[in-house]
Amino acid sequence: MTQIAEPGERAAPGFAGTAAERKPRTRRKFNIQSVLGTTPMIATAIGVFVICIIFSIIWSFTSSKLFPNFNFIGLQQYERLWRTDRWIISVQNVFVFGALSMVGGMIFGYLLAVFMDQRIRQEDLFRSIFLYPFAMSLVVTGLVWQWMFDPNLGIQSAVRQLGWTNFEFAPLVKQETALYGLVLGGLWNGVGVTMAIMLAGLRGVDSEIWKAAKVDGIPTWKTYLFIVLPMMKGAIATAFILSATGVVRVFDIVIAMTQGGPGVSTQMPAIYVIQHITDRANVAQGMAAATMMLVPVMLIIGLQYLFQWNAKRKAARI
Amino acid sequence: MKSVVSVVALVAAALLGSTSVRAADVEVIHWWTSGGEQAAVSVFAREFDALGGDKWVDTAIAGGENARSATLQRILGGDPPGAAQFNPGRQYEELIAGNMLLDLTDLATKENWAGFIRPASISEACLVDGHWWCVPVNIHSWNWAWASIPAFEKAGVPLPTSFDDFLAEAPKLKEAGIIPFAIGGESWQINGAFGVIQTSLLGLDKREKILKDKDLELAKAEMPAVFEKFRQFKQFSDAGSANRNWNDTTNLVVTDQAALQIMGDWARGEFGVAGEKAGVDYACLALPIDHPTVSTGGDIFLFPKQSDPAVEAAQLKMASMMVNPQVQALFNNAKGSMPIRDDVDMSLADDCMKRGLEIIKDPANIAVDAGRWQSNDTTGQMNDLVAQFWADDSMTAAAAAEQYVTILQNAD
Repeated sequence: MTQIAEPGERAAPGFAGTAAERKPRTRRKFNIQSVLGTTPMIATAIGVFVICIIFSIIWSFTSSKLFPNFNFIGLQQYERLWRTDRWIISVQNVFVFGALSMVGGMIFGYLLAVFMDQRIRQEDLFRSIFLYPFAMSLVVTGLVWQWMFDPNLGIQSAVRQLGWTNFEFAPLVKQETALYGLVLGGLWNGVGVTMAIMLAGLRGVDSEIWKAAKVDGIPTWKTYLFIVLPMMKGAIATAFILSATGVVRVFDIVIAMTQGGPGVSTQMPAIYVIQHITDRANVAQGMAAATMMLVPVMLIIGLQYLFQWNAKRKAARI
Repeated sequence: MKSVVSVVALVAAALLGSTSVRAADVEVIHWWTSGGEQAAVSVFAREFDALGGDKWVDTAIAGGENARSATLQRILGGDPPGAAQFNPGRQYEELIAGNMLLDLTDLATKENWAGFIRPASISEACLVDGHWWCVPVNIHSWNWAWASIPAFEKAGVPLPTSFDDFLAEAPKLKEAGIIPFAIGGESWQINGAFGVIQTSLLGLDKREKILKDKDLELAKAEMPAVFEKFRQFKQFSDAGSANRNWNDTTNLVVTDQAALQIMGDWARGEFGVAGEKAGVDYACLALPIDHPTVSTGGDIFLFPKQSDPAVEAAQLKMASMMVNPQVQALFNNAKGSMPIRDDVDMSLADDCMKRGLEIIKDPANIAVDAGRWQSNDTTGQMNDLVAQFWADDSMTAAAAAEQYVTILQNAD
């Protein structure tokens, strides 16, 4: 993964900067100690993840209630799952939420990164400000946004007090708009990280490219959009995969902002899973839902491997 | 020789004695976090600490679902709390079946719980196959509506005598700038109000046939009308209801911003904390108004098995304390609930509770809580359905009723 570049490592676009001196990578020797040191961690990770996933899948075919059992009942849990309105709404929601927050995150993240790339003063300060929301728990973020969106406390009532008495802005109270309210809260939280990754990607682009573009008289915005952007595929893929995995398991921000409401209009798959294996004491139903959630996660991981494999193949060709 | 034996016996007795009186901390998980609820739970904590030695360690977790989840996970994970709150019914049936709870039968027989806990449907929640597995601490009825008398006066509308009456007068309340129908957007609140309206429309017999005997034909015939009626209330609720707590919702009635809330009698505690007086500041309407009933909801405490005998002794002490008539009086007066025994001093009770105590005397007025017949899984599905119906105007009453029947059909 690329690292966030230190400011000043590369000169501003268009200027003749000092070309980054890259040290040639030396192949590390096989280190028996590091292998020994990481073995327990590897064993735990594989043991915990793989074994847990296998058990989740097995239990999804049983009639387990509060206590898991091995009384197999075929696909009944899945039949019930896909007959349940709430689950179907949850699945639709996670796709809409995911698409909007990923696309939005990418766009705003890139714009912020470009802004930061303009050799602004106090870059450190701005970077901290933009990254700061991510350091906060989504529960805190969610609560703050819930208050801002509350028709009696937040933005709506503030604007109304200023005189616009018909002003309406309370997305969370209507089931048609509640999901978009969640997207806003989530974007605010996550855009800083996307920005940081994109900024690292920008800084990683060779300054010779900028010089060449300058010589050819290509406007800066075009350089950003058509030359630099395609060159930072690695950063984009990283940001994409990070936010995609975040979307699949979206839970806390929904709990804090809407609790899945109004009605069931902002329910998410993860909430369904957690609720069924805890309070509703229907482990098998929860596991069936969890198994369904595994499918897109597997797809995302597969995609990541495809990217990596592709990159390696290209590197090998060069 | 004799003296040696007696010395050994004495030492042994002292050791044994010292283990049995060793003080223990008993962690209690509950979800009593609102003002009135806290006042009530601190009665238990105070009385338990006053017994000497043992200590009540309070773990309050906001929201019943969250608190129950935490308890279940901790029991499954091998770190059970000393005591935990549940609602009477099927929420803990698997804990009993899995033999994970302390058997209270000896204590209950000694103190003759079966003799004084009434009505029978309350003790049935804890007395399973001749063994006592939990302690009922109160009776809560869902079948109440709370009305703000100043709000009705402001709009020039008399207190409602039926739901239809209320629906007919509600536009006047709205015109007067009052929220006619206060409801919080959490699914259990919505489904609770729905259940009360269902009881009122169908009567106890039909309700029992549908919910207990799972009479699908009857449900198919009757439920569309119930959903239809329920929808009529929505236009009289306010925009801020989404995601609002029950006590914040009750507070709208307390502060006369809203006219009426259908909510269980735990709401009474909130009026009490605010210093409101029944009959002057607020009115409690037992529902249905023409034939008031009391539902047998409430709270129980169960005591997960512990490895430490000192904690077990403290658990038994706590169980005994909870049914003590004095404690019952103090606790229930603070909580706004009815005591589980008849012989307690309820002279402190306000008019609303006296009304409830009057109604509960006749077994014909008792609406058994639906949680006795339904697992949490089924209740959860119904919560989802009713909340979805409430929020989604495009869902027809017929479609909702159809799903309701499907849930009943597949209920375990």
